[in-house]
Amino acid sequence: MAKVLIQFAHPALSKSNVHKVLINYCRDIKNVTFNDLYEYYPDMYIDVEREQRLLLQHDIIVFQHPFYWYSCPALIKQWFDLVLEHNWAYGSHGNALVGKKMFNVISSGGAQDAYSETGRNRYTVHQFLAPFDQTAITCKMEYLPPFVIHGTYRITPEDIKRYGEQYRTILSALANDQLLALDYKQVDYLNELVPALQTLQH
Amino acid sequence: MKETFFFQAMVYLAAAVIMVPIAKKLGLGSVLGYLLAGIIIGPACLEFIGSEGTDIMHFAEFGVVIMLFVIGLELEPSRLWRLRKSILGMGGMQVGLTSVLIAGLAMLFGIDWKQSLALGMITSLSSTAIVLQSLNEKNLMKTAAGQSSFAVLLFQDIAVIPMLALFPLLASETNVATAEGGHGSASLVSSLPSWLQPIVVLSSVAAVVVAGRYATPPLFRVIARTGMREMFTATALLLVVGIAVLMTTVGLSPALGTFLAGVVLANSEYRHELESDIDPFKGLLLGLFFIAVGASIDFPLILAKPLLIIGLVVGIMICKLLVLFRLGKSFSLSTDQNFIFSFGLCQIGEFAFVLFSFSSQQGILSKELTDTMTAVVAISMAFTPLVMVLNEKLILPRLGVKEAAEERESDIVEEDNPVIIAGYGHFGSTIGRFLQANNVRTTVLDVNSDNVDRLRRMGFNVYYGDASRHDLLEIAGAAKAKVIVIAISDEEKRLELIETIKKHFPELHILVRSTNRYDAYDLMNAGILHIYRETLDTSLRLGVDVMKLLGHRAHEANRAAKMFFTHDERTLKRLSAIRNDEEYFYAVRQNQEELERVIQADRTAHTLQIDEGWDEESLIAENKGISYE
Repeated sequence: MAKVLIQFAHPALSKSNVHKVLINYCRDIKNVTFNDLYEYYPDMYIDVEREQRLLLQHDIIVFQHPFYWYSCPALIKQWFDLVLEHNWAYGSHGNALVGKKMFNVISSGGAQDAYSETGRNRYTVHQFLAPFDQTAITCKMEYLPPFVIHGTYRITPEDIKRYGEQYRTILSALANDQLLALDYKQVDYLNELVPALQTLQH
Repeated sequence: MKETFFFQAMVYLAAAVIMVPIAKKLGLGSVLGYLLAGIIIGPACLEFIGSEGTDIMHFAEFGVVIMLFVIGLELEPSRLWRLRKSILGMGGMQVGLTSVLIAGLAMLFGIDWKQSLALGMITSLSSTAIVLQSLNEKNLMKTAAGQSSFAVLLFQDIAVIPMLALFPLLASETNVATAEGGHGSASLVSSLPSWLQPIVVLSSVAAVVVAGRYATPPLFRVIARTGMREMFTATALLLVVGIAVLMTTVGLSPALGTFLAGVVLANSEYRHELESDIDPFKGLLLGLFFIAVGASIDFPLILAKPLLIIGLVVGIMICKLLVLFRLGKSFSLSTDQNFIFSFGLCQIGEFAFVLFSFSSQQGILSKELTDTMTAVVAISMAFTPLVMVLNEKLILPRLGVKEAAEERESDIVEEDNPVIIAGYGHFGSTIGRFLQANNVRTTVLDVNSDNVDRLRRMGFNVYYGDASRHDLLEIAGAAKAKVIVIAISDEEKRLELIETIKKHFPELHILVRSTNRYDAYDLMNAGILHIYRETLDTSLRLGVDVMKLLGHRAHEANRAAKMFFTHDERTLKRLSAIRNDEEYFYAVRQNQEELERVIQADRTAHTLQIDEGWDEESLIAENKGISYE
């Protein structure tokens, strides 16, 4: 059994279609902790000690957030700046996070084909997430492919529900070490593993 | 008419008010102004006051008593202890050497040795009142010369006591008249058996120390709690007068007694308040004293034998000057400091009046001699400010090396913290604790004596006092501080304090607490940039919590409060301008309407939807292919 920590950041949740629903699907799973960053730190004043304690208590760290300007909301950046201290998370003595896994769960207005060399955004989502990837590597963690919800501007309530169920499937699989049985490193998005996981779980 | 109290008072005050500014303008110092005022209204010129001059002098000597109390207040016991070498060494040598030199000279002129010795001892004394007043006025007290002068004067004041004891032994015949008046003469103690006398004297001194240490702080606390300033002043005066009476009764110098009380109270939190309450009395009484000295100069006597008297004055002053200069050298004063020191102390002091009349009564010196000498003393005192001016104008500039009022010793207590907090109630204390926690040094002034007491016990640097008084601000270090936080709750007092600060300490940054919006307008109109409405942040914090309890997201509620705050501060500035309008009532009404408009606008403006950067609706619409225009 692995413990999962969801680091959730949305500065204007009331305006979000996707995340409002999504979090209802992930809040009550066994061994999953939901940490609502903007709720704990509305003034960006992060309790570093609490955050580090949470990190130590969990094996898989999920960053769930809207994909603002090809990146994350400001509080997550602040979180990285403050919580991942030298010689705690990285550096010659920084081994607190060794072996833990990390990935992003993001919602994006654009469609998936907009995120390609030929698309409007010229880079893939994975390329945009390079800072997260490299941060994980620097902290001697393993960086997993992201779970992505594209086209949120046009998304229907049914679609969102479907994504919610997929998210729940992935989180449960992670908590039960099932995901690791699959060839997860070969996929672009964790979304692709959902069918396999669903058969596994049933 | 001439005899009425009010007429007399008017003459004295008018003389002072006219002459002192003139003397100051001419660069002669206030002492000379007072002396001249005395000469003019005295028997020599206008004859407004006559022989009662000497009676007034007895009364005015109380000014010296108060002055020593104030000096004591500025001296902590530890500093006094460090001065012990200069007090005993310099002071002792000065009195000893001058006495011997003058006595020797007197004997050369054929005066009996006992009389010569008395003359020597009396003339060795200098005028505490004139010297300290002049040095203070020239801001020289903290220099080496000031410190040395103080040490010597202190020793002299102490030396008066053994002199008074010694003089009866010098009387050539046993024609001891009843002593009366002045320092230490008519004492109850002298009627006691001799073994009891020292016990009574010592226990009186002990009583002053013990009472000063343990009884006065609770007393002041009670008085301060009444909130009546005049009661505090009355208590301070009572303390000084009471000690003076006690000391006179047991035959000690009242000046010395109050000095002792001052030293004992130097560590008290009421020090600054005492000092500034008593200071005006000190100044006026000293002035009165100088006027009395001026008035008592016996011009007919001087005109009768001008050469003898002027010769004596010059001769004695030169003798004293030489001794002082030699002493200054051996105590390694730099040359310019030594000049200030020696010229300053070379006159004969006010105790000489007392001692001459005492020795005349005791039959030590003849009436003729003491009359002559009294004139000599008065003239030498009158010469002092002139001599000091000469030194300053002619000698010091030639020396070229001027010791600045240099490095203060660390325990000279004027504060130099960067922040002053006026008012340490619930508002000020939060700021104070916050700054303290961040290692920002603060000086605190508060008028709540309970508060002051409690904070001091917890080790805070807190003084009792009304911050709207510029003298207290000065002592609290306002001239050196960078910032003053005005956290007092009285709105009137705040404006008063702002006015004082702008007048006397224009460099100081003023941060002010304001009770509400309207009070903030007043403060803005007083030119204040940093205004902190005391309930604004708290009410908004409460508002945020209400929103959170109602289920709003914490960050959004927080941002909403921030937005409201910014908006409110902006409109406040606009509204305060409206109030500047000459049509005051119109402006107030308009102001009210504006306020209502502001509140209305807030209610309908969907403050929470202002965050357009996140999930912009136009962007969503564009992606959905809907035209948003």
